[in-house]
Parts: sequence; C-alpha cells; structure tokens
Amino acid sequence: MMPHILTRSLDRGATLFVIVVAAFGILIPLSNLLLPSGSAFQVPTYLMALFGKYACYAVLALSIDLIWGYCGILSLGHGAFFALGGYAMGMYLMRQIGSRGVYGNPILPDFMVFLNYPKLPWYWHGFDMFWFAALMVIVVPGLLAFCFGWLAFRSRVTGVYLSIITQAMTYALLLAFFRNDFGFGGNNGLTDFKDILGFNVQADGTRAALFALSCLAIIVAFLICRAVVTSKLGKVLIAVRDTESRTRFLGYRPERYKLFVWVLSAVMAGIGGALYVPQVGIINPGEFSPANSIESVIWVAVGGRGTLVGAVLGAVLVNFGKTVFTGALPELWLFALGALFILVTLLLPGGIMGLIGRPARRPKNVTPAAEPAE
Amino acid sequence: MPTLFAHKIATLNRRRWLAAAAGLALGLAGLSNANAADDTIKIGILHSLSGTMAISETTLKDVMLMLIDEQNKKGGVLGKKLEAVVVDPASNWPLFAEKARELITKDKVAVVFGCWTSVSRKSVLPVFKELNSILFYPVQYEGEESERNVFYTGAAPNQQAIPAVDYLMKEEKVKRWVLEGTDYVYPRTTNKILEAYLKSKGVAPADIMINYTPFGFSDWQTEVSKIKTFGSAGKKTAVVSTINGDANVPFYKELGNQGIKATDIPVVAFSVGEEELAGIDTKPLVGHLAAWNYFESIKTPANEKFIKEWHAFTKNDKRTTNDPMEAHYIGFNMWVKAVEKVKSTDPDKVIDALPGIETPNLTGGIAKMLPNHHITKPVYIGEIKANGQFDVVWKTPGLVPGDAWSKELEGSKDLIGDWVGKKCGNFNVKTNKCLGSDS
Amino acid sequence: MAANAFDRIRSIVLSVFLTVALTVPALAGAFEDGVAKFANDDFPDTEEAIGLVANSGNPLAFPIISALQDDRLSADPDTKKVYITRQDGKIIDAATGAPVDKLPDNAASVRLNNRLRRSVEAALGSLTLLSPDPAKRIAAARSVFKSHEESALPVVEGALAKETNKAAKDAFAEARAAILLNTSGISDADKLDAIATVKARGDQEALALLTDLSDQSPLVTKAAASAISSIQSRLAVWSAVQNAWYGLSLGSVLLLAAIGLAITFGVMGVINMAHGEMVMLGAYTTFVVQDVIRTNLPGLFDYSLFIAVPLAFLVAGAIGVLIERTIIRFLYGRPLETLLATWGISLVLQQAVRTAFGPTNREVGNPSWMSGAFELGQITITYNRLWILCFTLAVFAILLAMLRYTALGLEMRAVTQNRRMAASMGIATSRVDALTFGLGSGIAGIAGVALSQIDNVSPNLGQSYIIDSFMVVVFGGVGNLWGTLVGAFTLGIANKFLEPVAGAVLGKIAILVLIILFIQKRPRGLFALKGRAVEA
Repeated sequence: MMPHILTRSLDRGATLFVIVVAAFGILIPLSNLLLPSGSAFQVPTYLMALFGKYACYAVLALSIDLIWGYCGILSLGHGAFFALGGYAMGMYLMRQIGSRGVYGNPILPDFMVFLNYPKLPWYWHGFDMFWFAALMVIVVPGLLAFCFGWLAFRSRVTGVYLSIITQAMTYALLLAFFRNDFGFGGNNGLTDFKDILGFNVQADGTRAALFALSCLAIIVAFLICRAVVTSKLGKVLIAVRDTESRTRFLGYRPERYKLFVWVLSAVMAGIGGALYVPQVGIINPGEFSPANSIESVIWVAVGGRGTLVGAVLGAVLVNFGKTVFTGALPELWLFALGALFILVTLLLPGGIMGLIGRPARRPKNVTPAAEPAE
Repeated sequence: MPTLFAHKIATLNRRRWLAAAAGLALGLAGLSNANAADDTIKIGILHSLSGTMAISETTLKDVMLMLIDEQNKKGGVLGKKLEAVVVDPASNWPLFAEKARELITKDKVAVVFGCWTSVSRKSVLPVFKELNSILFYPVQYEGEESERNVFYTGAAPNQQAIPAVDYLMKEEKVKRWVLEGTDYVYPRTTNKILEAYLKSKGVAPADIMINYTPFGFSDWQTEVSKIKTFGSAGKKTAVVSTINGDANVPFYKELGNQGIKATDIPVVAFSVGEEELAGIDTKPLVGHLAAWNYFESIKTPANEKFIKEWHAFTKNDKRTTNDPMEAHYIGFNMWVKAVEKVKSTDPDKVIDALPGIETPNLTGGIAKMLPNHHITKPVYIGEIKANGQFDVVWKTPGLVPGDAWSKELEGSKDLIGDWVGKKCGNFNVKTNKCLGSDS
Repeated sequence: MAANAFDRIRSIVLSVFLTVALTVPALAGAFEDGVAKFANDDFPDTEEAIGLVANSGNPLAFPIISALQDDRLSADPDTKKVYITRQDGKIIDAATGAPVDKLPDNAASVRLNNRLRRSVEAALGSLTLLSPDPAKRIAAARSVFKSHEESALPVVEGALAKETNKAAKDAFAEARAAILLNTSGISDADKLDAIATVKARGDQEALALLTDLSDQSPLVTKAAASAISSIQSRLAVWSAVQNAWYGLSLGSVLLLAAIGLAITFGVMGVINMAHGEMVMLGAYTTFVVQDVIRTNLPGLFDYSLFIAVPLAFLVAGAIGVLIERTIIRFLYGRPLETLLATWGISLVLQQAVRTAFGPTNREVGNPSWMSGAFELGQITITYNRLWILCFTLAVFAILLAMLRYTALGLEMRAVTQNRRMAASMGIATSRVDALTFGLGSGIAGIAGVALSQIDNVSPNLGQSYIIDSFMVVVFGGVGNLWGTLVGAFTLGIANKFLEPVAGAVLGKIAILVLIILFIQKRPRGLFALKGRAVEA
C-alpha cells in the first residue's frame, strides 16, 4: 500500500520539490555549523532562525491549502490551531526551565510565582515529559478541530458563514488566553525558554536541528497532503469543493470527508506551531489574532491556491518580503502587504504557480456571479 | 487534479526556476550583507511604527532620531558619527525578537533603544542575552526583572504607584480603593503590589475593589456605574487606574458623562500622559490625577530647551512631550557618557561602565544608573488641567531609587538585583544565593 | 421686607461659614491678609485664604471664590497682588475691586488641587442653598445630604420652611432627615420619620447612609434594617433596568456598526473586511470638520455633527463606490476572494490614515447637547448614549423606508432576490451594485460620526468593530435588516447581563461561543432568507 501511495503522489514536480526542500534542510544547517563564520557561503545563525520561522509558516500554509485549495473550506481561524500546538510546546519548554527561573521555583513557572499560584494548575501536569507534550501538540488542536468541525459540517455551515465562525473561534481563544486567570501567562505568554530535550535552545546546533526538523515537517506534511489529494478521497474532496450538494446527491457524505481533512489540517497546523515556538522563543495570545490567520490565507493565495508547492512558496516569499520591508521601508510595509492582497486576488487568481505554469484554472464556483452570500 | 498538477510542473521552464533561485540568492545576499562602514556607530531603534502600539511608540522613534541628530551636531561619539537604524516590529511580538536579532547580527548596532509593552521586552530578552547586546527600555513597567543586558529607564512600581497612593491617602484622605486595570501583566503586578501595600496600611479588604477589562475595551457603562456604586458607600473613594492606552479615551469619556468629578472620586492613572490626553476633551476631567516622573509642564531650563528642540525637529508646535521620551533622553545620555568613559562601544565594557553614571534629567534632578540597572527618579503627581497639560500638585522630596524587585510581594521581597558586586539580577539576600543557574 | 429677608439670609450664610470653616473668626484686615495669601502659590496657604476671604463678609468674597473655581483668579508673586479676570474679560484688583488695565507679565493663575476644589465647592455650595435657581438649591441640598453636617441643620430647616418648589422641598426634607439620623439626642419618633423619608428616596446614597448608622436605639436599628432590605430589593430591580438600558445602548452601537455591512453583505454577498475602515473614515471626517470649525467658526461647534453626518456619508460612500468600481466588481461570485481583497484595502486605508493624520488619537469633542447625563429613577442615562440610540433607530428607519419606497430600493431588493432575473427585467445590476456598495459604505461613515463620540479616533478604530459587526450580521441572518436589528440588540443586552456576572472578558467569550453554537442550529442566522437563492 505504502509504495503505491508514494509512487502515485510523487510525480516529477513533487519529487523535485521534495529534493529542493531536503537540500535546504541539510545544506543550510551544515553550512551554518561547519563553515567558518564570515565565510561567504556560511549561513549566519540569524538567517537560519529566520528560515526556520518561514518553514513553520510553510507547514501552516500547507495545512490551509489542504482544506481551502482542495476542499473549499476557508478557515480564518487556522492560526488558532497553530497557536495551540505552539502553546503545548511552550508549556513543555516552560517546565524544562525548572529552577532556573528568576524566582528559582523548581515547579512553578515565573509568571505563576508572581501571580501567587499555590500549585501547578491541573492542566499543566504532564508537560514536563516531552512525549506527553508532543502528544498534546497533536491532540489539542485535533480535538478542538474535531468538535468544531463535527458541529459545523453536520449542520452544513458552509462558505462565508464557516469562515466567520472560525474567526469567532480564534477571537474567543484570543480573549481567553489574554486572561491572566486562564493560567497561560496572559499577554506575556510563555517565553525565556532554556532547553529542549536537554539541548540549549539558543545553541547553534539546536537551531540547526530545529531548522532541519522544520524542513522535514514540510516534506512530511507535503507528502501526506499529496497522498490525500491524489487518492480517491481527494477526488471526493474536490467534488465537495466544486459542488457540495451534487456530491451529497451522489450518495457521499461530504461532512465525513470534510471532517477528516479538517482535523488532519488542524493537526498539521499544530505541529507547525510546535516547531515555531522553540525557534522564535515566545508564544503569546497575539498568535490567535484573526489578522494573523487572514494573513496566512494570503500566503496560500499568493503562492497559488490548490497547489501544495505554491502554498509553501507563498508562505516563504510573503514572509521574506515582510522581513525586508519592515527593515528597509517600515512605513510602507502595510501598503505593500495590502496591495499584495488586492493584486493577487484581482490579477493572479492562480497565484505564483499559476503564473509560472500555464494560465491558471482557478477552482471554479458553481454559479458565477449569481448567488448572494455564497 | 494530479495529472493537472504534474502537467503544470512538467511544463515549468527550467530557466525560470533558475532565475527564481538566483533572485532568491541575491535577496539573501542583500539580507546578510552587513554594512561594514567603520566611521559610524550604529544605534538600533526598535519601536512599532504600525499596528496597535504605533500610537505610543512612533513618538519614541522620533525622539531617538532627534537625540542622535543633536549628538551628531555636537560631533558624535568617540569622533564617530552616530547612525540610526530604524526597523518596524509592527506590534508583533515574535517580530520584535526577529528584528532585534537582525539589528544586532546584521546591522551590528552598538546599542538598541526600544520596546514599549512588557511582552515585547520579554520577547527580545533571550536575544539580547544570547547575542550580548544592550537594550534601553524607556517605559514604566511592573518590575520583577533585572537583566544584565537591559537598562530600565522607566519607572518601577515603587517610583510611580506607591507614591501616588501615598499622596491620595495623605492629601485626599482616601479610604476606599478601586484598582481598575487592563488584564495584562503590568496592571496585575502593580495591583498586587498596591493591594499588599494598602492592606499593610490598614485598609480593609472590603474597601478594595479590583477589576480587569480586556485590551481596547470600549463599553465602559457597566464598569463606571460599578465604580459609582462602590464610591457611594460613604467613605472617600479613589480609582487607581492601570488602564492601557486605547481603552482610556472611552473610559474618561464615560466618567465625564456619568458625572463623576475629580472632587467626588478622583482617578489616578499610571499610563495616561500628555500624549493620551491629546485625544480627549479634557474639560470634564480637570482634577483627575496622573503619577509620572516627568511632565511637560514642569518649568526647568533643560525641559524648555528639550521642548523647543522637539518642536523644531518635528516641525510641529503642538507635539507634546511625555515621560517615556524623557526616559530615552536620560538613557541615551547615559549611554553616551558610558561609551566616552570606556572609549569603546564594546557591550561588556559599556554594561560594566553604566552603573554609577549620572546625567541630568529634564526636571532639574540628576538621574543615576543603579547597580540593578534601574535609575533614580523624582515622582510627580499631576492634576489634569483644561488645556490637556498637567499641573504638578505634589512631588517626592528627593529622588526615588528604582526597585527591581518589589518589597511588597511575598515572592520577591528578599530579592535584589546587583550587577556590580554580586553580578546577579535576582540575588536572594536571605539565602545568599543567585537564583537561576545562568544568571 | 425684602431687605430684611436678605439680611436674614446673609446672617444664616455667615453662620454656616463660621461653623464650617476651620479658621479663626474674622478680624479686621483678615480679608486683605487672605487675599494676599493667594499669591503664595502654596496649597495650605490657599486653603487658609479661602477660609479668611469667605468669612470676611466682604462683598468681593463671592466673586473671588467663584473666580478661583473657574481658574480666573491670578496672582503676582512679587507684589503679592491678586487679580480677578471677570467673565466679561475686565480685570479688577481682588483686594480693592479697582479696575486694572492688564495683568502684570508674571501673574499666574492661582492653582487648585482636589482638596481645595472641594473647599471652594463647599463655600459656594452653602451660598447656593438659598440660590434663586431651584436646580442649584436641589444640588446644594444633595451635597448636604451626603455630608450630613449637624451645623447645617438650621439653614436647611429654614430653607425647608420657605421652600415652594416640590422637588427642592423633598431634597431639603431628605437632607434634614440625614442630619437628624446622625445627630444624637433626637427622639426615636423623629428618627423613625427620618428613616421613612430616607427610605422613600431609596437610592445608593440612601442605602449608604442607612448602612453607616451606628449607636441607635433598638427600635431605630430595626427600622433601619427593614428600610435597608427594602431599598436593596428595589435597587436590584433598578439594576436589571440599568443593565437593559446599557444593553440597548451597546446594541445600538453594534447595530450602527453592522447596518452598513448588512447591506453590502446581505444584498451583494460581498464580505467587506474594509467596512471598519469606512467607519474610521467617518470618524476622521468628524475630526476634520471639528478642526475646521474650531479654528474658523467656534460658535458652530454644537452643530459640528450635523455637518459631519452628510460629509461622512459622502466621503465614505464615494470611497466605497470607488472600491467597488475598481476592485470588487471583478470579484463577484467569489466571496472568499473578495474577503481577502477587502482585507488588503483595509490595511492600505489604515496605513494611509496613519500617514496622513499620525498614529495617535485625534480629539473629537462632544457638543454640549451630547455631554452629561440625567437621572431616570435610579439609573443614570448619558445624553451621548441616548442620542446615539435615537440616531441609530432613525438611520435604520430611513434605510428601511428607502429600500421599500424608492426606485433604487426596489432595484436593490430585486437584485438581492434574483440577480439574473432582475438583469433580464432591465435593471442595470452593475449600477445597482455600485450604488448599494456606496450606500453601505456611506452608512458605515455615518456610524463613524456617532462612534467618534464614545470611542478613540485612531487608525485602529475600525478593527475593533469589524468582528463584532460580522457576528451581528451572521447572527441576525444575512440579507435581512430586521434580523440585524434584532441580532444587535440581543447581543448587546445579553452581553450587558453577562458582564456583571462573568466579567467583561468571560462575558464576551461566552457570547462568541453562543454564536458559534447558534450558527450550528440555524446555519443561516436568526432570520434566514427564504427562497431559491438560499441553497447555493
């Protein structure tokens, strides 16, 4: 079965993509660690950390593309799953600080000490073990997505309604995590991490490993997405995207298919978030903000909705642009980002991949320009 | 769909791929290419110019540009010109860390002036520690921190909150307290400290009401009427407000409209300065209070000169000055003095030289950098006037040294920060131990 | 007779001063000493000066103290001379009343702090107990009720005996009761009467007064306890009324912000993420209008909003039409893409405003008719909230009428119900689209004018309303204005009843979760549009 899926999903383009990502994942860390600093080919740690962040965003973009590009579910709250995965990892990293916090408390993280928590809240137990945290990275976003999706898809909430309630979901989580009483550090979030699995998070070696892992995560997520979209399941998904009611009349149960990719996508986003946190060194409720989620949708649109390579490309390019602009022309950054949103949707419905390949065939809606609110 | 996809990739023009790759590589080269001009000293400015915090931080960027400009007119530092490197972390906390890293590694700045919110400071902290650089942080904050790489030129709670409460107790005979704040770490910690302090002064728990609202809260009807009810219990009541930025305007508007006057229930705020008042009609607010270490209305030659320069630099006679601006003024001058003292911008040397450096502040006193990396400050209580300025009604007799660790909190009362003798930011004087292994 | 009465009043006032003030009895020259003390710029000296001047009986005392209150009293620190700037702009010497040409250069106004402001108010307040204006007499009686100083009893009783105005009479009676309750040596019968009077007043302050009572006879204590519980149960009802009012007010704000969205979203299916920025543009238009008025025609300030409303409608509407013509019309039928493009527009508009007006809040003032509050029973109703509620309902009614009775409204409804059919009936759908979008944006602009009265005018203004507006529209049901109305008020009231129980944050989270669950139950909102257009 496995080889079959692989051969089917790995055509030339996909293979090329996997090789390129793998090459980045291997060469950049090696160049950073082995070449002398100052050498023209050495990738400085600062850039590697930056690329690591982009790689995590790319995983998030893949997860969004899977549901939006192939199943027509536009989530404006996918940042929530990303952030939940990040929080699970952040909690592990907080527990790893141990007695090295500023108050030297062996159990309680610093923010709990000065907010007078008498003991660790129950939901913080277990996070001192990596396997548990890693499990939670998958379970928490997956469970939330399952509950949310089960309710929403069963009652046939679709289109913009779904988009708006996903936004409500992430907004509610944003407010909740901002609350200091919630026990996740409030606005300051979780930060000042020391080490992960015994390695110093700030050491170049750890960073290199995390970067390589993030590239690996892209590859794995990419392969899973390819496997899904090239299978029969994928065909049904596309049918659901294009005309949900017709698919239903044909005897399929669209809500089951949707629920499956929705949960899968949330788990992928959560893993992206978990890799993101040790690399940027902070997780805070700002990650839940609806604006972040909307921005990540635009990465996919820029790269090319419905093309997995495009999602990755879009995430990397837009964030690269953000890095350059916010340094070089800070006042112009929002103009550039805003213009990007407008121009891509207007002129590049197929995104960059549409531009590179043949004229894009954007995913069609059933009845163009006919129906209100859908 | 798979076939379509394959087709797409297969038809990719190889040359285009190559061109794209080359473009990316060029971009990277540009990104990593550090400008290696040796005749300037670079100064990083890390303040949000877009997003929610732009409202407060943009001014601080401008004031830094002005200070650097003035210094260059005086011939720069160590015979070199200063060059400002401005980046925009866009009110996005992870971006703060990324930009800090960029400033230090790519631009090789000698020092960074920046951050406003506590979370942005927390976000960049590991970066400054890892890359061993210097951050000057200009905003009043919750304390409970003393880091080797950070110099805190804003007020610690004992330089703002406690004197303000003392004033209300003594001058206004306040017996009942509302501690109203935005739900984040600064109000939480400040209120915790104040609660402990008030109880130690014999205030009954029933006479203290603590309430938190979210960021950007705009519908204050219920909260204000709660304050009104709490305040009509016969005892003199005051509100201690740690409400943040944007939520203040609707709060004060609601207070004014519901007819709560300063003579009935005075509000003393720690985050409302000249800049915030510029957005409000202040006539209904006359008499409400703010506690700061600087007010624009304080008449000293240094302050008048500073305001004149500020108006000239921004080409706008109406731009106000405020407390965090003074903090940057002090911090910048301290850094210049320290650099000139050790004749180097090497972070280690400058960090060691900074404690003990003294420089005049804008209100006629001398600010001194303490071993815990906080500074000495006077505390002023100002009443809002109808013209949007403050009238100083009280000041501390001398300068108050900043406490990194609050004496009022159980967890931190035995801690001190001392980077001169003990070389430790969180030294427990009871157990004689430096907490945390890497500090 | 008149002169006689005046003398009596004056002697009463003086006696109040003598007992209230902490200073030594007036001496010859005390007035001059007091006036000179104003020049010391020292709060204790100023306090002493207030006492000396107020007790002097000098005819200039009243002008001096009221000038002090209004920041019209200035002093020259060198010559120790004190000056009054009269309301008509003329300047007189405070000690002699002699006119002065102009203030000396180094004269500065005499400063006050809150404590002094209270002494000034007390001094003036005692005078106004006998003011010819009933409103002032009531206010003075209220302040006596609060302070219940025993010494004020004779004046209050004197005033009560002469009072003819019903409301003022009640106020004096309440003040008298408050004093009696706090005086020892009063008979139980009198005290019980007093408790009944206070109970009839039945507000927070009455409750505070009764709760504070101590050292009373058992009979009085029992009566007080029963009065307390009766007041408390009455206040509980009032607090529910108050919550309902707050909810209506919040609902009106939500409705105002969402109503434009209901049009663009409901009629055209366009998810306009830049809707909040249209609100922001309206608020900035108000700022510009007020700025122009302040510098050129200060007399018109109270009318500034009437000028701002049509202008904001035009500005936001024109920009709306421009956006529709240049961007949105290419995206019809692709609601999700529209969402992204309009999000881009919102970023651009925000940054443009930030560049043009600066990132800080701009000051938009309340006209006098929108300031202050009045009491209705036990609740306080602020004028700005009341007017916003009325304004919202008016906008809603006009919009509804427009949709029903005008040609454009008819066309809009036709396009909503069946676009292709409408087109084949000869309706220029693209023109209708542009006008509809312009209308929706224009109404958002009007909303901005109203919101500028209660919120920040900053580039972030729009963002804080966009999510709430979407919730209202989705909750109410797309394409139905009544749904939006009901949705807005339901959410507003629910929020305000949850807030005192759960706190502001948890209340809001609860509302969001409820909406998410509600959408599961009714995927098309409260008032779903029925017909063929629904199932896509």
